Amino acid sequence: MTSSSAPSPISGSAASPALATGLPLAAAGAGGVAMALPGAGSSQDTAASHHAEAGHGAGEGHGDFRLFGLATFLVADGMTFAGFFAAYLTFRAVNPLAEGGNYELELALPTLNTILLLLSSLTFHRAAKAIHQDRTEACRNWLLVTAALGFTFLGGQMVEYFSLPFGLTDNLFASTFYAITGFHGLHVTLGGLMILIIWWQSRQGGRVNRTNLFPLEATELYWHFVDGIWVLLYGILYLL
Amino acid sequence: MTLTLSPPTATPEPQAPLQPQGWLRYFSFSVDHKVIGLQYLVCGFIFYLIGGALAGMIRTELLTPLSDFMPRETYNEVLTLHGTVMIFLWIVPVVNGAFGNYLIPFYVGARDMAFPRLNAVAFWLIPPAGLLLISSYFIGSASQSGWTAYPPLSLTTPATGQVIWILSVLLLGGSSIFGGINFIATILKLRRPGLKMLQLPMFCWALLGTSILVVLSTPVLAGTLVLLSFDIIAHTGFFNPALGGNAVVYQHLFWFYSHPAVYIMVLPAFGLVSEILPVHARKPLFGYITMVYSILAIVVLGLVVWAHHMFTSGTPPWMRLFFTIATSLIAVPTGIKFFNWLATLWGGKIALNTAMLFSCGFIVNFVFGGITGVALAQVPFDIHVHDTYFVVAHFHYIVYGGTVFVIFGSVYHWYPKFTGRLANETLGRLHFVLTFIGFNLCFAPQHWLGLNGMPRRVAEYDPQFTFINQVSSVGALLMAISTLPFLINMVYSAFAGEKAGDNPWRALTPEWLTSSPPPVENWKGPAPLVTHPYGYGAAPEPQVVSASSP
Ligand code: HEM
Ligand SMILES: [Cu+2]
Repeated sequence: MTSSSAPSPISGSAASPALATGLPLAAAGAGGVAMALPGAGSSQDTAASHHAEAGHGAGEGHGDFRLFGLATFLVADGMTFAGFFAAYLTFRAVNPLAEGGNYELELALPTLNTILLLLSSLTFHRAAKAIHQDRTEACRNWLLVTAALGFTFLGGQMVEYFSLPFGLTDNLFASTFYAITGFHGLHVTLGGLMILIIWWQSRQGGRVNRTNLFPLEATELYWHFVDGIWVLLYGILYLL
Repeated sequence: MTLTLSPPTATPEPQAPLQPQGWLRYFSFSVDHKVIGLQYLVCGFIFYLIGGALAGMIRTELLTPLSDFMPRETYNEVLTLHGTVMIFLWIVPVVNGAFGNYLIPFYVGARDMAFPRLNAVAFWLIPPAGLLLISSYFIGSASQSGWTAYPPLSLTTPATGQVIWILSVLLLGGSSIFGGINFIATILKLRRPGLKMLQLPMFCWALLGTSILVVLSTPVLAGTLVLLSFDIIAHTGFFNPALGGNAVVYQHLFWFYSHPAVYIMVLPAFGLVSEILPVHARKPLFGYITMVYSILAIVVLGLVVWAHHMFTSGTPPWMRLFFTIATSLIAVPTGIKFFNWLATLWGGKIALNTAMLFSCGFIVNFVFGGITGVALAQVPFDIHVHDTYFVVAHFHYIVYGGTVFVIFGSVYHWYPKFTGRLANETLGRLHFVLTFIGFNLCFAPQHWLGLNGMPRRVAEYDPQFTFINQVSSVGALLMAISTLPFLINMVYSAFAGEKAGDNPWRALTPEWLTSSPPPVENWKGPAPLVTHPYGYGAAPEPQVVSASSP
């Protein structure tokens, strides 16, 4: 990316570096999740594959166990955002923005986006509930709705990026704004893909069903997490 | 003293897993925690030799006041590589990854880590990251901005090297986070039924504390470095004052990781000595519960002291006050641990073997580094010596005199476990004596250099400092020589060392209650339930039941 700092006010290219911001991290994150999921149930693939104690040591089922690992990972992921937020708040407190640079962000679209994302948490919850009652068909439909909401959110984000009067390198606020929203957008993208994957797997009659809830539960946890981060982000970047 | 061990029962031999056997498995994507532990150890040691060679280059340059051994830019590259290699490729992976992976599953009574495959991924991120880092030296220029990569310096030095440095540290940070998640899950979730948290060997608590710090602080560094790479590649101005950014924010975020990183490097070492001392002093670990609380206190306090690295960065008075007090407070739990180790030794039947010598060396060096640390927490003093050799001396007393000494001690202590043979004691003691003298000769005089104003990170210095620098370089030479007996010992003893039997130290912690080296799933029978890992010195000494007979 050799964007030679050409001030590109309204440009799509503003978004791409912002997205690239989180790439290494998200890749690491994706790797972590991907590895943790199949590899997690320690009893399936320890050095030797049959030992009663290790996996069930403390009497937990595997589901909780892997979810615990994922939750720990999400704490780490959340700390990345915490670092970004802390940086942004400090910038705001001590760095005068460039002259005339005090941007008022339009609130309509992001607010709508917030509602979409919150709704999607709800629909995911319905999906999980459905599968607990063995209504796989309903579960799949709710998953699709959730993914659709997620990708609509991303579309809204794109529309916002293209309509903003500043580009990535214009000033400190712009850079921080794109970095944080871009990093979050990557999370949504990853989550949306994960939802589509479990939807597909469930359609194939395979891995996602009442006896193997982990993929669904893990994705759900991740999705709620990403939503929660957005609510914080909305409050800090848009409302504050 | 009752020692609860379940008797070994005959269970069918575990079937051979679908993994390479013999030495080949050390080059494979093995998911056996013991293999991974040794992979970390050997890989880390190779990087230690590289980092040590770089240190040798630094000390050679500093033999004379002029920059005549290498150009100044090269000096900066060598300095940066040395610091980065030593921290991210030697200390952190070895003290956490190597010993953590090898020992923790034993200590919690499990047959492997919670997420074995993630574990292997975490290890296999390290060699490529290390090679990437070192390759930057050969393709143009390695990073020149020190291991701290402060902007704006890191924005003005050659970009390629800096970006490669960032990429490499991101990979290593990822590895560290995966490891941390695994340790937390293993210690909290994989304990054998009936084993309570407060019955765990101290190393578990140390690693739990460390992993909490890893999970909370490493991601912040990662995010910060991504922003830094943006400043370099895309010309944003997050940390670039020329573009309206704020370089001090980088420092805050960097030290939010890098102060806890100090504990990531030293807490596991605390845990390891706490395992070694009771065995060779034949006494229970003194003050177990205070040790646990000290570790937890260090974890909490360790997260709120970072700005003591920034007393000269225009920090406001209230901030200085807060961070001075918080930092000084850490001396309390640290002091508790120190006195607990002394009390463990007190009146013990001490076997002064190599493992014990290195552990005692650790205690001596660490208390010295700790005292200079408390001194550095005091603002007026810190302003005087900031960025001088006093700081270099201080942190080498912690990381080298502290952690590296413990690593060596631990290698000697667990060598019979790894190989089934004893390391040679004569060579071991020679190694210790050379290291101890070399280390102190190298770094003690640097306190004086710093107090008298010699800045760190410079290839040239005022001629009045020549003699002391030469003394320091002689110490470094001794340290370099000291690796020879160690290397010879390790290789020689692996083939020709005295057969150790399963439990040469008559130790009570669970890793010794199986054969040496242990079988693939750690115990032939069920895992023993060890509720008193430090039950030494009771008369008569508890009978150690070996879970397998040779
Ligand atoms: C093998 C023995 C070692 C010797 C002789 C040695 C020597 C040195 C020297 C001369 C410097 C340059 C100081 C300066 O100009 O600021 C230095 C810096 C440093 N060393 Fe070592 N060192 C050794 C081991 C270690 C170890 C085990 C670590 C583990 C963490 C370590 C970490 C560092 C760090 C972080 C720096 C600062 C680099 C920077 O400023 O970016 N060293 N060392
Ligand atoms: Cu510190």
